[in-house]
Amino acid sequence: MAYSVTTQTPASRIAAIAGVILISLLIALPFFAGRGTIQDMFFILTMLVLAQFWNLLAGYGGLVSIGQQAFVGTGAYALFGVVILWGVDPVPAIFCAGIAALVIAVPTAFFAFRLNGAYFAIGTWVIAEVVRLLVAQWKMLGGGTGTSLPRDATRDMWFIESIESTLGLRSAAARDVLAYWLALVLALATIGGIYWLLRTRRGLALAAVRDNTEAAKSVGVDAGRMKWIVFLTSAFGTGLAGGLIYMQKARISPDAAFSVTDWTAYVIFIVVIGGIGTIEGPIIGVLVFFALQTLLADFGSWYLMTLGVLAVVVMLVAPRGLWGLLSEQTGLHLFPIRRRLTGGKLASSEE
Amino acid sequence: MIWVDTVIQGILLGGLYALFASGLSLVFGIMRLVNLAHGDLIVMGAYLILVLVTILGLSPFLAALIAMPVMFCLGWVLQKFLLNRTLGDDILPPLLVTFGLSIALQNALLETFSADSQRLPTSALTTASVQAGPVSLGVMPLLTFGSAILVIVALNQLFYRTELGRAFRATSDDPTTASLMGIKPANIFATATGIAFVIVTIAALYLGLRANFDPNIGPARLIYAFQAVIIGGLGSLWGTLLGGVIIGVAQTLGAAINPEWQILAGHFAFLLVLLVRPRGLFPRAND
Repeated sequence: MAYSVTTQTPASRIAAIAGVILISLLIALPFFAGRGTIQDMFFILTMLVLAQFWNLLAGYGGLVSIGQQAFVGTGAYALFGVVILWGVDPVPAIFCAGIAALVIAVPTAFFAFRLNGAYFAIGTWVIAEVVRLLVAQWKMLGGGTGTSLPRDATRDMWFIESIESTLGLRSAAARDVLAYWLALVLALATIGGIYWLLRTRRGLALAAVRDNTEAAKSVGVDAGRMKWIVFLTSAFGTGLAGGLIYMQKARISPDAAFSVTDWTAYVIFIVVIGGIGTIEGPIIGVLVFFALQTLLADFGSWYLMTLGVLAVVVMLVAPRGLWGLLSEQTGLHLFPIRRRLTGGKLASSEE
Repeated sequence: MIWVDTVIQGILLGGLYALFASGLSLVFGIMRLVNLAHGDLIVMGAYLILVLVTILGLSPFLAALIAMPVMFCLGWVLQKFLLNRTLGDDILPPLLVTFGLSIALQNALLETFSADSQRLPTSALTTASVQAGPVSLGVMPLLTFGSAILVIVALNQLFYRTELGRAFRATSDDPTTASLMGIKPANIFATATGIAFVIVTIAALYLGLRANFDPNIGPARLIYAFQAVIIGGLGSLWGTLLGGVIIGVAQTLGAAINPEWQILAGHFAFLLVLLVRPRGLFPRAND
């Protein structure tokens, strides 16, 4: 028997089958779930997308950004801009949201990469503030008070009519279902895309840079280029999510769209609590986050305080998060990226 | 003439930003730790002074004097038992722990003191002004600027004239070798953070005397402090003062043109320096 390199594990094969079943269920969800559930699921899925992209940045790329709200806000405003000013349909406009975030990401990276390590974090925050203050000057889109999507744009969106007639829903509920399905597509594409990226040569290079930049450079990895790839990818994805989130909200203001709490703090807590540097971590994290939010929704600022303290405790006690703890105990990997040698004279394929 | 006045007000405002920044600069210089809760700690200091003023009926200056040792102990304990555990080669733990701390602290303040904006009680002194030629200068801004210079002179004296300062510098250069010489880096770090918290208290005093504050303004103070540190060059305290002055002047000039541009002008000045001199105006030789 010849040697072969594999990343699959029995657990990952079972997870793949379970995943297919889960995905089918999620696709069918609007046929039997109420509007509240759909809205909750939309929130969970979009937060998951933001968390996965922040995790790609910080967990795999070593780039701790506190400026993700720059890309959420830019994406959201780009969507409103092309819909209101150019009359584009909101669904294809989501793509413009991603492109706009990508465009903003280039100068952001240019400035922020000049700052090392911890200062990079605050640098991204400053740039997010600059973008927020500039957008607040944009009078066509409501300036500091914000604006709404025009009613005929939200009513005549792509697919809305067929969803209305198939599911027998009103226009507003049909919009939620459409947003949910788009969020599901985006979340699956994000997880699939990141998993694919991590298993390619680029992913290997990325892991090498994260573990030891100098060693990675010595074997020919272009560390600077990897940083750019990760930063731009994550900005594009975050922009798409931002566009989608505000397509569903249909109402925008600079303070909400560029909120550091909503789009960066929550996201960081999700990733840290779930487990940084894994694909499974943000999934666990977003579920814990949603459970906490449901439980503590009535307690206002106590809720954020709890999240903050929880993140500090997790970082100190279990720096790899809840998934890290579980994975250490059981050796479980649902999205394995480690390459292992099997076959040949190696009797056991494990370890 | 109005421009001269604007620039002078900006320079004096820069003193406040330098006070915000000195604590951040000190902690970073010694242990390469960026404390993302720094702005919220300043706001917490302002509330502590406010509580002392309200309960004991003291003047804000006296209250700050009492708050200083309290804050020192708080900083010492925070560093010794929490932040020291995050130090290491990995930059993630200190960043994420201090970020968590920042959010927790902000919301704890919000829960305790509500979102209403507060102000330390003003006396005749805080509203007085002196006439210097054609421009009139507020006594308060002058005091702030003077305190900033005093803090920086004191810190420099501490660093280069005392045994503790030598221990600071040795630990900053190489904690392992320093510990071979009988220095305990963990305690040195705790003392440094304690001193940073004393400076935070001074910054908090002037923050509370000069303007309204509420639990949400911490992050913006962190950003101004950070900009001052980066413009000045990491590790240079006089550079930090200059950085604060540049941000202050940019902000008052921006505000003079259009009130909405005040904060934006400060950010642009920062980005401009970053573009031209990425390592700041007075960078230290290494790191």
